[in-house]
Amino acid sequence: MKIDCNVNIRHLTRVEGHGNINIKITGGKLEHAKWEVVETPRFFEAMLVGKRWENAPWISGRICGICSIGHTLASIRAIENAFGIIPTELTSKLRLLLKHMETLQSHILHLYFLSGPDFLNAGSVFPLIESHPDVVLRAAGMKLLANDLCDCVGGRRLHPTRTIVGGFTMLPEKAELKGFKDRLIKAKDDLISTADLFQTFSIPDFSRETEFVSLKGERNYPFIGGDLVSTDGVIKKEHEYKLMTNEHLVEQSTSKWSRLSRNSFAVGALARINNNFDLLHPIANEIALSFGLKPVNHNPYMNNIAQLVECVHVVMESADLIDEFLDTELGEPKQKVIPKSGTGVGAVEVPRGILYHCYEFDDTGHILKCDCVIPTSQNHANIQHDLEELAKQYAEIGRQDREIELLAEMLVRSYDPCISCSVH
Amino acid sequence: MAGDKAAKTYLGVPLFRPKVAFFELSSCEGCQLQIVNNEATLIDFFSLVEVVNFREAMTERSDNYDIAFVEGSITRSDERERLKKIRANAKILVALGSCACFGGVNQLKNRFDQAWVKNEVYGNFPVETEAARPLEDVVKVDLNIFGCPVKKEEVEKIVINLALGKAIVHPKYPVCMECKANENICLFDLGEPCLGPVTRGGCDSWCPNSKFGCWGCRGPAEDANIEQMKFIMKEYGFSEEVMLDRLECFGGFKTYAEEFRKSLPTVVTPSRKLFGTPPLKIRGGRGSYDSGEKDK
Ligand code: SF4
Ligand code: SF4
Ligand code: SF4
Repeated sequence: MKIDCNVNIRHLTRVEGHGNINIKITGGKLEHAKWEVVETPRFFEAMLVGKRWENAPWISGRICGICSIGHTLASIRAIENAFGIIPTELTSKLRLLLKHMETLQSHILHLYFLSGPDFLNAGSVFPLIESHPDVVLRAAGMKLLANDLCDCVGGRRLHPTRTIVGGFTMLPEKAELKGFKDRLIKAKDDLISTADLFQTFSIPDFSRETEFVSLKGERNYPFIGGDLVSTDGVIKKEHEYKLMTNEHLVEQSTSKWSRLSRNSFAVGALARINNNFDLLHPIANEIALSFGLKPVNHNPYMNNIAQLVECVHVVMESADLIDEFLDTELGEPKQKVIPKSGTGVGAVEVPRGILYHCYEFDDTGHILKCDCVIPTSQNHANIQHDLEELAKQYAEIGRQDREIELLAEMLVRSYDPCISCSVH
Repeated sequence: MAGDKAAKTYLGVPLFRPKVAFFELSSCEGCQLQIVNNEATLIDFFSLVEVVNFREAMTERSDNYDIAFVEGSITRSDERERLKKIRANAKILVALGSCACFGGVNQLKNRFDQAWVKNEVYGNFPVETEAARPLEDVVKVDLNIFGCPVKKEEVEKIVINLALGKAIVHPKYPVCMECKANENICLFDLGEPCLGPVTRGGCDSWCPNSKFGCWGCRGPAEDANIEQMKFIMKEYGFSEEVMLDRLECFGGFKTYAEEFRKSLPTVVTPSRKLFGTPPLKIRGGRGSYDSGEKDK
């Protein structure tokens, strides 16, 4: 029986941003298991103070390169809510399409390039280019589709240029969008092959009961705005987000932590599915069930599978959104914006979970106060508790250091943490 | 193995396959992502260079590299030390993106006093931060690649030229030139402001192509005439603040922006209800709130 374990990972790789894992077990007893966030904070909430409303989506999108579309949309929604602007149906649909493609590109990046190599026993995607070229090409094809469609709708795949308060600066050409239909159908087939590949992976069998927080869908699987819900039965309005997040500071981290009914909760693909399973597209639903994923699932490693299921959902729904766009008579792409004093909140489901932007404006539309709550910071406490439990369980059954280290790394990667944005 | 020569050719010329490493300081990692996001040519690109350090994409790490691409600005003392080590290891150090070249959006916090900045976000909780600075404030930078984000086509071209040992030349002309070549309707005629006339080209008028005015992310073009730009803005009825917002957004126009801000009058804000934070005293126009403490 193994009684000592010492895991010390500085700057965990294949995650976005900087984080450390420290686990120490002596004589069979857990001394500590720590998830430390060491990213340098960038102070966006201070930067925006004093700026006119127009600056907010453009600047706050720069909180994160991977979910810049999500940040831009959350910022726009907060401003529109503060000014009393209701987006047109066309605007809402195009925003959703754009959001879906960000979800697809981010999930594919995570599944194939960040977490995938663990399951294929590789240190990165680079050796896989030689050993599994078909797999890498398939992933690249899907990412390219998502990015091309983002370019088409948002003007740019990263830090979009067409998304503004009130709508879009311009609309995509119908003919151009139509061309994406076939590629989406092909992506569905590629995702089914991806599911076959993931069926061959062994997902660690580990569970720890926790609470899951996400947007609450009414008729559709939720991505932009609406009520907030948790698997412990809490329901709140969008503007009451602070009652959901309860941010606080802890010593081991430059990122704020969150709690709700328990000492931690989780957000992300698994949380969305745990709360909105019945609203998934039927094909996505079927794939979830083929992996034994149904609510409420408490295995954090299953977040990988949840992301895969969401890829299928967004691809299917995007094909429908394009059809609807083609049938719509296109009008003005944007509404006039009249600033007014007040506070507005925008909640958006970004790839890693629910994101909130909140601004207070004076009557000229200048930002007096700004608050952003990032999915990964909501997850930090939950990651910490998972690590403790994981180390305890595996030390008890006498696993080797290297094995525990790998499982710990995989655990953190499963959450797909976006650390630089969690400290923004 | 230090760069296996003649392994690859480009247009018949044998390429030196440099070892490249990627690093990030305070950034959104978007510039690195632009490179990974290059699925159409990603595999070709990675055959041109040998990636030895790319934390976001790989587990292996190495300190043996020829070219270091560094993204982000310096906002903490440990970042300064890291950068110096990178400089010592690298033959060529490249500042990747506007955060690294000018401070990027990060430098917007430099409008404030840093104690106020910390308090606004973290209250009394101790956090370390300093005014955001570009790489060349701390080390010698061999090459700047501008943009927020960088344009992947430009990065590829630069990497090929580095591998071929050719000189890198940045465009001297403004975004406006590219915009006109792209036959866009000028945004001023659509009632939107644009910084294209004074901003360095090279992005192929990325934003105006989407009917979105330029915010100057690539810094000033050679011979940028800021007074003329102010005049155009005024002619079309845009306030000085609209112009200042754009000039100071990415740090490329730092000297002009700072002077400009100083010329604006002082404003006082109403009290802030959200989280019951205190009202602010503003110096030099709305663009530069200050803690107000010093003025009491
Ligand atoms: S320059 Fe822009 S895109 Fe690049 S790292 Fe900085 S904020 Fe991100
Ligand atoms: S839109 Fe901007 S870049 Fe284009 S011509 Fe007008 S001022 Fe120049
Ligand atoms: S148009 Fe202006 S803001 Fe846009 S990418 Fe080019 S230089 Fe940057």
